[in-house]
Amino acid sequence: MRTSTTPSPRPALPPPGPEELARRGRRFGVWYFAEHQLLAMRSYLSVIVAFSVGHPLLYLVAMGVGLASLVDANGGGDFGGVDYLVFIVPALLATGAFMAASGEFTWPIMDGFKWHRLYYGPLVSPLQPWQIAAGHTLAVAIRLFSQSLVYYLIVAAFGAVPSGFGILSVVTATLAGLAIGTPLMAYAATIREEKAQFVMIQRFGVMPLMLFSGTFFPLTNLPVFLQWIGWLSPLWHASEIGRVFSYGYDEPLWLSIAHVAYLVALAAGGLALAFRTYRQRLVD
Amino acid sequence: MSETTPSVRSLPPEPAPRRGAAAAAERPVVIRAENLVKRYGDFTAVDGISFEVPAGESFGLLGPNGAGKSTTMRMIGGVSRRTGGRLEIMGLDPEEQGPVVRAHLGVVPQQDNLDEELRVRDNLLIYGRYFGLPRAYLKPKVEQLLDFAQLSDKANSRVDDLSGGMKRRLTIARSLVNEPKILLLDEPTTGLDPQARHVLWDRLFRLKEQGVTLVLTTHHMDEAEQLCDRLIVVDEGRIMAEGSPAELIRRYSTREVVELRFGADRNAAVAQQIGDLGDRVEALPDRVLIYARDGEAVLEAVVARGLSPVTSLVRRSSLEDVFLKLTGRSLAD
Repeated sequence: MRTSTTPSPRPALPPPGPEELARRGRRFGVWYFAEHQLLAMRSYLSVIVAFSVGHPLLYLVAMGVGLASLVDANGGGDFGGVDYLVFIVPALLATGAFMAASGEFTWPIMDGFKWHRLYYGPLVSPLQPWQIAAGHTLAVAIRLFSQSLVYYLIVAAFGAVPSGFGILSVVTATLAGLAIGTPLMAYAATIREEKAQFVMIQRFGVMPLMLFSGTFFPLTNLPVFLQWIGWLSPLWHASEIGRVFSYGYDEPLWLSIAHVAYLVALAAGGLALAFRTYRQRLVD
Repeated sequence: MSETTPSVRSLPPEPAPRRGAAAAAERPVVIRAENLVKRYGDFTAVDGISFEVPAGESFGLLGPNGAGKSTTMRMIGGVSRRTGGRLEIMGLDPEEQGPVVRAHLGVVPQQDNLDEELRVRDNLLIYGRYFGLPRAYLKPKVEQLLDFAQLSDKANSRVDDLSGGMKRRLTIARSLVNEPKILLLDEPTTGLDPQARHVLWDRLFRLKEQGVTLVLTTHHMDEAEQLCDRLIVVDEGRIMAEGSPAELIRRYSTREVVELRFGADRNAAVAQQIGDLGDRVEALPDRVLIYARDGEAVLEAVVARGLSPVTSLVRRSSLEDVFLKLTGRSLAD
């Protein structure tokens, strides 16, 4: 063990006083926690890119190009007069964010509370529990937005987004992720033992939502008794509003507003719930 | 330690000189707890604890697992709400002024919670950001902390790759990023090998020399003796005794202790035969302890009675003996 120490560089200034540090924590704590999460994401960036861009691209090629040739050859009248590829792109964009969020708002939460107890570090800094929840949400929102943007640019290059307003579907896709994510986060914060709950959510929650949310075909093609799945699913709302932006899909304005309001309400409600479950778990 | 008949004399070094009570009285009180109570349903984890810690003191909470030490630490940090009593950190109530109180503190938790996927240096940087510290301050500060924790050559390693002792030193370095005046250490060396513990104690001594107030919980009596100017012995949420390690030993134990092992089936019976030797005799399942001023003389008396222990040891009294006297149980129970 080395015992002698060379003179180490000293900070030029002493740190600000505790009152100032607490003030900064109150004001910017959410961002401070988000910074940590974003730095951590950098270490598995290749996995993120593969999962969030590669995965929907595979769908795009398989469905949007392969299946589309079959669908379009048969008239494709069900898709509002646009090519199947154009119809499917906004939904795939939202699906990418939706799937990524279902991962980012489950296992990492368990990691924070239990596996590596990462939340207990910031808990004894000036940060407060709600800022940890909000910081995680902010970091994931940045991730979802970035991956959606990259995906959007790729599909736009394919010529699959006729309208310039299509860029707004990047925002609504991000909202779709938060709408499924924050309620999941609130729930994940209550789990003491992870007994495959998250895998069950993926298999029997997220996956069926993807299949029954008007992703690959209009929701109205489903029997009425199955259509309610879509109405409840944030993915359907994000796909529909994405189609409005991407190719001017014709729907009443009130419905478009309802799509966005529903997504915002779910995301905000889930976050408010998460503030509560985080506080209950972290402060006894 | 080899324990062979007739005796192995193993004396710990003389305790380091402690700061006097008069000096402590002149320093401002940084932590004041009055009748602190914490209940979880029917279970009372902390049951009316009161203490004061003056600035610059190294103060310990010694007790077995479950004594209420960690809960007390959590209340000091404002992350556990007290059921009753008063608590002031630098004159502030941690429940009302949590962020300001925590900005004053450095906290070393019982379980490391480093981000194992990040590099060593990044762990310090990120933690500094939690305190709102600007990068211009953090850049040199992080190098200084790496040097202090003797981890400069590991700065770019992932935390995953560090040994247990290195992780603990990194956690301590991390807690110093905001230059706290009060450092809370919850079982700082539990689970470390002896060499790693000594390295860590050395680092903590240096902080103490720099005037940082140390508050530590431990169930290792040697750690308490090494590090604490003053401590409270806690059991079942209550304070059993308070004082410097030397004072406590003087007050509750004798100068020396003879440890005798006759075998698990004979210890209790032999204890009755030698009950008149020394000031007090304790029969534990694995050994018999005789508390006396002159241990060698007592050991000679035992041998003179025709008793031949399997092993014997004459040693100085320790805080373990204080705890045994106060609670009737050993700290390891």
